[in-house]
Amino acid sequence: MSNQNKGKKGDVLLEMRDIVIDGFSDDKWHPIIKGADLVLRRGEVMGIIGESGAGKSTLGLASMGFARPGCEIHGGTINFDGIDLIAATESERRQLRGSRIAYVAQSAAASFNPAHRLIDQTIEACLSHGISSEEEARSDAKQLFADLQLPQPNTIGDRYPHQVSGGQLQRVMTAMAMSSRPDLIIFDEPTTALDVTTQVEVLASMRLIVEKYNTAAIYITHDLAVVAQMADVIKVLRYGETVENADTRSMLSNPKKEYTKSLWSVRSIEKEEAISKDIVLKVDRVDAAYSGGIKVLDNISIDIPRGQTIAIVGESGSGKSTTARVMTGLLPPLKGAVLFNGKPLPPMLKDRSVEQLKKIQMIYQSADTAMNPRHTVRDVIGRPLEFYLGLKGKALDDRLVELLNLIELDESFIDRLPAEMSGGQKQRVCIARALAAEPEVIICDEVTSALDQIVQKGILSLLLRLQKELGITYIFITHDIATVKAISDQIVVMFQGKVVEQGMKSEILSPPFLDYTNLLLSSVPEMDPDWLTGLLEQREKAERLS
Amino acid sequence: MSSNDQGYSAANEVSQIKSRRTLSENIWRGLKTAPPTAIFGLTVITFYLTVGIFAPFLAPYGEAEIFDMAYAPWGGDFLFGTDQLGRDILSRLIYGARNTIGIAVTTTFLAFLIGCSFGIAAAISQNWLDHLLSRSVDVLMAIPSLIFALMLLSIFGSTAINIIFIIAVLDSTRVFRITRAVALNVVVMDYVEAAKLRGEGLGWIMRKEILPNIMPPLVAEFGLRFCFVFLTIAALSFLGVGIQPPTADWGSMVRETAGLIQFAEYDITAALTPMLPAAAIALLTVAVNFVVDWFLHKTSGLKD
Repeated sequence: MSNQNKGKKGDVLLEMRDIVIDGFSDDKWHPIIKGADLVLRRGEVMGIIGESGAGKSTLGLASMGFARPGCEIHGGTINFDGIDLIAATESERRQLRGSRIAYVAQSAAASFNPAHRLIDQTIEACLSHGISSEEEARSDAKQLFADLQLPQPNTIGDRYPHQVSGGQLQRVMTAMAMSSRPDLIIFDEPTTALDVTTQVEVLASMRLIVEKYNTAAIYITHDLAVVAQMADVIKVLRYGETVENADTRSMLSNPKKEYTKSLWSVRSIEKEEAISKDIVLKVDRVDAAYSGGIKVLDNISIDIPRGQTIAIVGESGSGKSTTARVMTGLLPPLKGAVLFNGKPLPPMLKDRSVEQLKKIQMIYQSADTAMNPRHTVRDVIGRPLEFYLGLKGKALDDRLVELLNLIELDESFIDRLPAEMSGGQKQRVCIARALAAEPEVIICDEVTSALDQIVQKGILSLLLRLQKELGITYIFITHDIATVKAISDQIVVMFQGKVVEQGMKSEILSPPFLDYTNLLLSSVPEMDPDWLTGLLEQREKAERLS
Repeated sequence: MSSNDQGYSAANEVSQIKSRRTLSENIWRGLKTAPPTAIFGLTVITFYLTVGIFAPFLAPYGEAEIFDMAYAPWGGDFLFGTDQLGRDILSRLIYGARNTIGIAVTTTFLAFLIGCSFGIAAAISQNWLDHLLSRSVDVLMAIPSLIFALMLLSIFGSTAINIIFIIAVLDSTRVFRITRAVALNVVVMDYVEAAKLRGEGLGWIMRKEILPNIMPPLVAEFGLRFCFVFLTIAALSFLGVGIQPPTADWGSMVRETAGLIQFAEYDITAALTPMLPAAAIALLTVAVNFVVDWFLHKTSGLKD
């Protein structure tokens, strides 16, 4: 594809100075970005990391001269290859977007039109910008699919979005962004929604293609280990300001600012594993399926020891959450039983007594949907107190405050609505709701995966402290191996509805590994910029040998 | 916790806390930014309500008071003349506001009570109950509602109570549909599952977990339904099976004075007489629609 005369590698491609972006809410403008600078050279990949709300995405979008509805760019200069994006008209900016600047969004599933074939959507930008003829664009798209290591690159484009997996869809979106050979691609958390095993493949193919076509990229994420693989330089953002800006290796080995150091040290919780023979909950040879469909769980048996943390790991679709649904009674098993303290629990939720329901509580992945947006903290935590324990009036209020203190919040939260709290605070309230019932077992379904690293650490240490104080048993469903390492005593590895392995943490996480466990463990990104390269080489070698 | 937390504390975590407004602040804020059409609609509705509530004080004569001058012309003692029996048109218009709106509001409330309860219950259960309710509603909706209402009213008799019940049941089918549709989006939320896991009953989940989260579309639908109910009652009255004389009602007033239109070439005001109740009906439905549009626009977050 013929393109405008591309500059040399190392020339400044994008220069943003003193960017100020404000968001409008409550009749006022609130600052989102407070004077950030960004300089990106051709062929360079810049990682932007920070907590949610730090302004990462807003800054990323601003590099296209774009501000989300409700936001406005109120200051600074954006210079893209000699073009002043702030002074440019909207139609001039539109000419650039999709042809010279491209964007890859977080959720590929939500960004594709389900009614059109993948290839038609991939080449749409090329055609509408008149970059190439339809025939050229199609054959080029197939080449890109091949570059991105998609299976059957010649025919995969004829499929519809629902016919490919999430990881493949994310790669097709990368191909879409790449189709016009842009000078700059903005990746906005492209692998956050993917499993670790899929993430590795997507990261590898993204890096490959960015290198091959010498494209500059901005990679936005909150996962440090991921950014370490992708980026040449890293920019740390907090509260809309740059905290630190350095090349990847020196940033990783020698972070200068306190805040950056704290980001690095998050994965440092450790738990001494304990052995217990007292089984509180037993899943006994359970088969399960959703409304007569295919079997999701196949002869699952898990023993859960009292007062310990058992982690159930596996990729999505492996049956982790279904196992939890069987335990809670939401999904009656086809075969087998769940035993609580040695006695079988009724398979159906409605047949279980209040006393039985009270003993097994659940905490969900997303605190946003787990709390009714119209209920205050008092309603959320107070209801189980009233429902299970019959507390009223002053006794209820006292217990409420006690619970709030237990989760390290204070009384001022009592009348807040979910929308008035941060993600971590919401998840804490959900924990308090589970604690209010005075349960023996709490099922934690991916409770930290939607949270930032620092907040994650806070929540995990809280859960550990509560276990020590109250002797609660946790069943931790997660695909995040770092979390598993931090808090579990025992690990259950699941794959395609079967238990692959079950044992103490030290046994499972040390060699010899089973094949699947090994794949899962090795796919977790490490804080080493050479990790991905090393891993890919290793896997290639293994493949050649076999 | 270790030393590298730098005073991290859960309570101080950054969050974009919006200061919550009280209900009255919200209403005032909404009114200040309301478009002129909505202000017009609100003014008209307020005017109708005032007239309806204070009818006995505002009307110059009684609702069914008969004078010995049938078809009196406009002006003089009777501002808009009298009807075929010699009743003051203005007074009947004023009382008509009270009767027609009163019955329409009651009917709409009843329709929502029935439709919402069954709609949410169907959305939660998603089993045989859902099928039973949805298919029954399909059957009811398959029959043209005006003809169905006419038939039922001639079977049971045209009392006010019957009108309210029959129209409410027929209209609740539409409410059922929309409630079920919006409730389905809320039922899949984790907090509903959490409530089920807690062991809450159906009634609690319906009232506390689901209803508060589907209110905005329902309120808008209420306004729209009110218009349809209002028009149905007027139509039924016009056809003679609605609100029965001597109770004043706009629909039947149009019918009773419709014959006057043919005298337009002799006395234009006489021909306008049947237009007055018709205009009253039209103005109210337009006003309600303006307000509903504004409300929908606000709550759906649509920007144009």
